[in-house]
Amino acid sequence: MSHIIDRRLNGKNKSAVNRERFLRRFKAQIKEAVSRAVKGRSITDIESGEKVSIPVKDISEPVFHHGQGGVREQVHPGNEEFIRGDRIARPQGGGGGGGGGKASQDGEGEDDFVFELSREEFLNVFFDDLALPNLIKTQLMGVEELKPVRAGYTNDGTPANISIVRSLRGALARRVAMAAPTMARLGEAEEELDELLEDDEDNTLEVREKRKQIHSLREKVSSIPWIDPFDLRYNNRVKQPKPTSQAVMFCIMDVSGSMDEQKKDMAKRFFILLYLFLQRNYDKIEVVFIRHHTSAVEVNEHDFFHSRESGGTVVSSALNLMADIVKKRYAGSEWNIYAAQASDGDNWDSDSANCGRIMEENLLPYCQYFAYIEITEGEPQNLWYEYLKVKERQRHFAMQKIRNASDIYPVFRELFKRQPSNRG
Amino acid sequence: MTPISTGSEWTFDLIDEYDRKIREIAVGEYKLDAYPVQLEVITAEQMMDAYSSVGMPVNYHHWSFGKHFVSTEKSYKRGQMGLAYEIVINSNPCIAYLMEENSMTMQALVIAHAAYGHNSFFKGNYLFRAWTDASAIVDYLVFAKAYISKCEERYGIDAVEELLDSCHALMNYGVDRYKRPQKLSMAKEQARQEEREQYLQMQVNDLWRTIPKREKDDANKAQPRFPAEPQENLLYFIEKSAPLLEPWQREVVRIVRKVAQYFYPQRQTQVMNEGWATFWHYTILNRLYDKGLVTDGFMMEFLQSHTNVVYQPPVTARWYNGINPYALGFAMYQDIKRICEAPTDEDRYWFPDLAGSNWRDSLEFAMKNFKDESFISQYLSPKLIRDFRFFAIRDDDEEDKLEVSAIHDEAGYRDIRAKLAEQYNLGSREPNIQVWSVNVRGDRSLILRHTMHNRRPLDEGSAQEVLKHVGRLWAFDVKLESVDADGVVRQSWEVKSTLDSLHA
Repeated sequence: MSHIIDRRLNGKNKSAVNRERFLRRFKAQIKEAVSRAVKGRSITDIESGEKVSIPVKDISEPVFHHGQGGVREQVHPGNEEFIRGDRIARPQGGGGGGGGGKASQDGEGEDDFVFELSREEFLNVFFDDLALPNLIKTQLMGVEELKPVRAGYTNDGTPANISIVRSLRGALARRVAMAAPTMARLGEAEEELDELLEDDEDNTLEVREKRKQIHSLREKVSSIPWIDPFDLRYNNRVKQPKPTSQAVMFCIMDVSGSMDEQKKDMAKRFFILLYLFLQRNYDKIEVVFIRHHTSAVEVNEHDFFHSRESGGTVVSSALNLMADIVKKRYAGSEWNIYAAQASDGDNWDSDSANCGRIMEENLLPYCQYFAYIEITEGEPQNLWYEYLKVKERQRHFAMQKIRNASDIYPVFRELFKRQPSNRG
Repeated sequence: MTPISTGSEWTFDLIDEYDRKIREIAVGEYKLDAYPVQLEVITAEQMMDAYSSVGMPVNYHHWSFGKHFVSTEKSYKRGQMGLAYEIVINSNPCIAYLMEENSMTMQALVIAHAAYGHNSFFKGNYLFRAWTDASAIVDYLVFAKAYISKCEERYGIDAVEELLDSCHALMNYGVDRYKRPQKLSMAKEQARQEEREQYLQMQVNDLWRTIPKREKDDANKAQPRFPAEPQENLLYFIEKSAPLLEPWQREVVRIVRKVAQYFYPQRQTQVMNEGWATFWHYTILNRLYDKGLVTDGFMMEFLQSHTNVVYQPPVTARWYNGINPYALGFAMYQDIKRICEAPTDEDRYWFPDLAGSNWRDSLEFAMKNFKDESFISQYLSPKLIRDFRFFAIRDDDEEDKLEVSAIHDEAGYRDIRAKLAEQYNLGSREPNIQVWSVNVRGDRSLILRHTMHNRRPLDEGSAQEVLKHVGRLWAFDVKLESVDADGVVRQSWEVKSTLDSLHA
């Protein structure tokens, strides 16, 4: 007799630890792959896994084995035309004909080892760069919040959810239905009894019989339970994603000549983080990209990050454009407006005061949050000082000077902190 | 008789029923001697888990298993490969996994193949009998897993991981090829482990014994070699003699060595083992059909899968990837049976003892007493060589062309047979590397020696990499020399000791 065991329910994910060890070991390569991916991806498409490829050379586990050369004899099946003593040209590319079982080892460095990072793993690595606190990480990675919504009735559930009206209505219907035939016969019997009683003949025996019958029928009716487990109905609730309103996110970036690839990449991370945050809180998010040098234009994402312009910088042009767009397209109260601005701090001197004014008068009153980062090594310039003044007066304005990716998070600290109370 | 089932869905009752009938045939009619069977139904994901921990139900954690898991998962999800429908563990009771996705036919096939085919091979074959202890392996792995995770807690994941990396690199050299190993037992392992730690540490001190004693006499004598004779088991040598390893590190080396030893017979009996299991699932399921216990549909499904398994693509095919061990093994057992039952004159000439004998006894003898190499050189018949159209190619790097050295003709049968057998000889397939000497008097450097066979060199890059691992374990300078038939050193590698983190 063999033993048959159903193991399907236990020991899932036995390899989780090994997988995690694997990721841990190749962290450097994975990080690189993730930042490459971040560069290549749209900021609205950050939340999926990613293919990571690691050179076979790095990942192989070396063992002693034979190299090319020396004398090698191998037996192969399927001879078609050869006879003993035939001489054949050596196949090109080493392993070829004689590869056999060793093919995988000889073929070193041919293909990279490719595998998929899951969404969680991807975000984890991404957040690692940004030095996000753990609480925030889980907030951002968590699944959508669900809200229970009424959805009719079901036959089972917890006592707390019993719908009394429905249950009693069901019970009544059942009682009516079950009693109907008996009631009909009862009616007939009563009529017959009346007839018998009206008769003058001596029929006490029959009358007694009838009375007995009526009695038993009545008993039958009254024995129908008033309520039965069968009647119980429960309020049914299904979970629906919490309906939240919509948001629009403005990405404003300086694309003047001094913004190089690296700075743009940093800016992109900054935008992505804001986007991820918004995604947690809003069902629908629109993203508007505004780039500027001396004048500002609204562009698509690709142009935003990839085309280069040169020339001077007038920041107010972008702020004005944003104000225009807000007025035209997102004026209603149903839009939550967020903005993120990235720049290297250059601006025309005379323009900076302008910027502060536009910011305070035309933008901040409508915005939920406005975040500004200055990606620069150098001394802050007048725009920075102007914005500092704004920051003192406005709570929902944040700014930060950034040297590397981990400086980005503080910009949002206020935003993430406020989040729980927003939910209320 | 009515068939056991007609649909393709399996249930636990049906599995039980099939298992009974298969057992009746395998054990009752054909007298297969097998361990008790434990059939475990698992999901595809669990199958991948099992895959990546080299098929063992428990194993210690290591990133390389994660790597295997990741790559298996990837190709499975893309549909590039079906999972093998069976994994069977050489343990007592013998554990065979049934994947829940399989149809009833496939479950029956797996039961016959793994639970009775492989199982009886594990129990019967001499290598398995000598090298592995089926009743102790699972316990031992439980011990190993617990021990290694204890080490990780105490010494850090990185330290343990580095050590395991180095041991894994030498895993194929952690086996006594000629000496019969000791059997495993978890209880003894645990009891002796503490004691051994102490004792080992004392022993190692041999290397440190540098106090000059009666120097006058020694001066004239040749220095005693250490080790006295070359050692083939590198891991064993390191476990016992590496000067700076901590006791727990020696224990980890030992664990890897024991696991390597457990798998050593499997690497030597691929053709025999798979062939045996395939032969029996084929025989048993056909017998089920003859008894009317399975339907035509069942047989069609089974045969389709069976033919896929035993298909041998010719060398000219694009997907040719060496000789299919299932195909060769299955054909050889079938052929032995044929020679016993209906020998031709040729068979009588080649296999006088086999021709006309009782096929079941002869088959049992063949399964029990050989490994791939000797099995082929004993039983590969001219008919099979013709059927497979085997030919041998000689690749000599001193010639500008390859030479066809033998084909399937009268003159070539013995040649082909010998060459094919040699191909399965682990001893010549893997480079022969042994511990040559340790400089006991001087810098304690370790010299490994690769004895070249057929002038075949070591792969340069990997040799250097592996040597680094050896250096990490040994903690002093390590040298590897390739020596040709004339005793001339052809290649050499060296790793200078850095006393790195292992011994920090």
